[in-house]
Amino acid sequence: MEQYLILFKNDFDDFVERLAKIQKLVAPVKRGSKSFAFDEVTAAEDVSLNYIPTILPPKKYFMPQNETIVEYEKKQNKWEAILYSEAITLFGVHTCDLAGIQCLNLVFSDRPNDVHYIIRKKRILIIGLECNDYCDEYATCGLMDNHNANGGYDLLMTELEDRFVIHVNTVDGEELMGKLAMVKPADAESMTMLNKMRNKKREVFQPEIDIERKELKPLFEESFQAEVWDSIHEKCLSCGNCTNVCPTCYCYDVEDEIDLDFNKGKMVRKWDSCQSRPFAMISGGENFRPERGGRQRHRYMRKFNYPFEKYNRYFCTGCGRCSRTCMAKINLKETIETLIEEKK
Amino acid sequence: MERTVLLKSPYVASEGRIIESRFLTKEEKYFKIALKGGKLLDFVPGQFVMVAIPGAGEAPISISSSPSQVGYFEIVVRKVGTFTSAIHMLEEGDMIGIRGPFGSGFPVRMLEGNDMLFIAGGLGIIPLRSLINYVIDNRRDYGKVSILLGCKSPENLLFSDELDEWQQRLDVNLACTVDRAAPDWDGNVGLITSLIPGVTLDSHMTYAIVVGPPVMYKYVLTELVKKEVPESQIYVSFERHMKCGVGHCGHCQMGSLYCCKEGPVFNYAKIKDNIEAL
Repeated sequence: MEQYLILFKNDFDDFVERLAKIQKLVAPVKRGSKSFAFDEVTAAEDVSLNYIPTILPPKKYFMPQNETIVEYEKKQNKWEAILYSEAITLFGVHTCDLAGIQCLNLVFSDRPNDVHYIIRKKRILIIGLECNDYCDEYATCGLMDNHNANGGYDLLMTELEDRFVIHVNTVDGEELMGKLAMVKPADAESMTMLNKMRNKKREVFQPEIDIERKELKPLFEESFQAEVWDSIHEKCLSCGNCTNVCPTCYCYDVEDEIDLDFNKGKMVRKWDSCQSRPFAMISGGENFRPERGGRQRHRYMRKFNYPFEKYNRYFCTGCGRCSRTCMAKINLKETIETLIEEKK
Repeated sequence: MERTVLLKSPYVASEGRIIESRFLTKEEKYFKIALKGGKLLDFVPGQFVMVAIPGAGEAPISISSSPSQVGYFEIVVRKVGTFTSAIHMLEEGDMIGIRGPFGSGFPVRMLEGNDMLFIAGGLGIIPLRSLINYVIDNRRDYGKVSILLGCKSPENLLFSDELDEWQQRLDVNLACTVDRAAPDWDGNVGLITSLIPGVTLDSHMTYAIVVGPPVMYKYVLTELVKKEVPESQIYVSFERHMKCGVGHCGHCQMGSLYCCKEGPVFNYAKIKDNIEAL
């Protein structure tokens, strides 16, 4: 049976403190006037409930920037695949980022599945936080249909006046809430408040670009030779910020790091970016994606076109991070709008 | 952080021992490798392995021997960067890590009963040799076998002993060309494309297998289409940058395809419209 709970805001301090005592608690914290990050918290005062998408998405807990995947000892011919992981409660994940985690789950569950990712994922309990309104003008979650959660969480909290309504989606979530006495079953009044807010949300969130979501895939499919890639080519600095902050970019490099004794060492998986020039270069020197425009086109295709063959979904969550962070002001909304114009 | 040893990770490597090694040319070195405990590397021609040298890293390397030879497999590596320099320093008895085999190989069953036209440019002969020797080892199952081989100069020719053997066989037609040669070279001089018009073939029962440097494909494929070989009967194999071998890391992606997983062997008809492939 579907289960909803409530937590009054008066009890929020206590709630956070208790959660932090159960296992490592990670939540959005303020970093600057308009910047936020997921980080460990112990008290409610550390948590920013009203935040715009964090600088890095929560993918850093699922696939860390630097991750040891192999440890070896040369003299012993020893080579072991290794995982370093910890139990985490990830609190306050917006619905766009829930969608991002769902995309990563699909990729790393592909055969042969990446057990490093799979085990780490199982040790993370996700508490989502619904967005009742837009974060800023960069978001396209209305178009991508990620302003509401489509699963992907253990618990989802919705802030309503003096309380939070909590949707329980998994038994793990139910078990955790069972440990917290201040959380009560939701009453009819709370459910009415939730429905009222959701109805209002339908008016607030509208497609941010004048195109139907299902038309995005054919739009990109037919845009390999579009002129927009030439103009993006002129702007792009190949810094790779867009891919680093993207919740569904998962490309990586594997580096060998040997100790100074030249015996013990490890293989470390590190985030990589298809925007860097050597990304698709082979050792003979041939580069299969030498142009900045081609590399940006590749990034867009990986969000709006390619994932359909395998996963039948978009890999853009609409979080807006790529546009927010771009030093050259390459803007996802503008790119799509230009493509629509070009097609006319 | 808790440390867990994972037995089923795609990054688990098998121990491989180099049981023979020698230089084929100044730049290319050959290695014969046996897996620890006589473990079988269960592969089909066209697949590759990830070779790991602790301290130097890991790289994708084509398997050059035929799966009909058991107990070992062979690779040939050109020295072009840090990893390949490290592997060139290895000798008989040295250990390396082997992951794989990875990728799609050549469709050997589908090829049975057909004429085979093998076209290799430069290092392309290394992976193609696996299929050529497989076909020769099962010679009765195939029709006419023709091999066209091209490389820069006679000094770059790989497997010259084996080429002589193929040359002498009645059931194999071998033609070789070099881009340039000293006056004492009595073979063909010219690009590999110059050999194609001279081949007589029954296009509808011919499968053409083309492996070579990126620049070669466009010209060779044009010649094959002129010869009326159906596009669906042409197979190619590509080289790309790779870090994982299992379709995750993104480096080898060409359009929507991961060269390490959907490839490296591709049917030409299926990838001809992929603008990042050719």
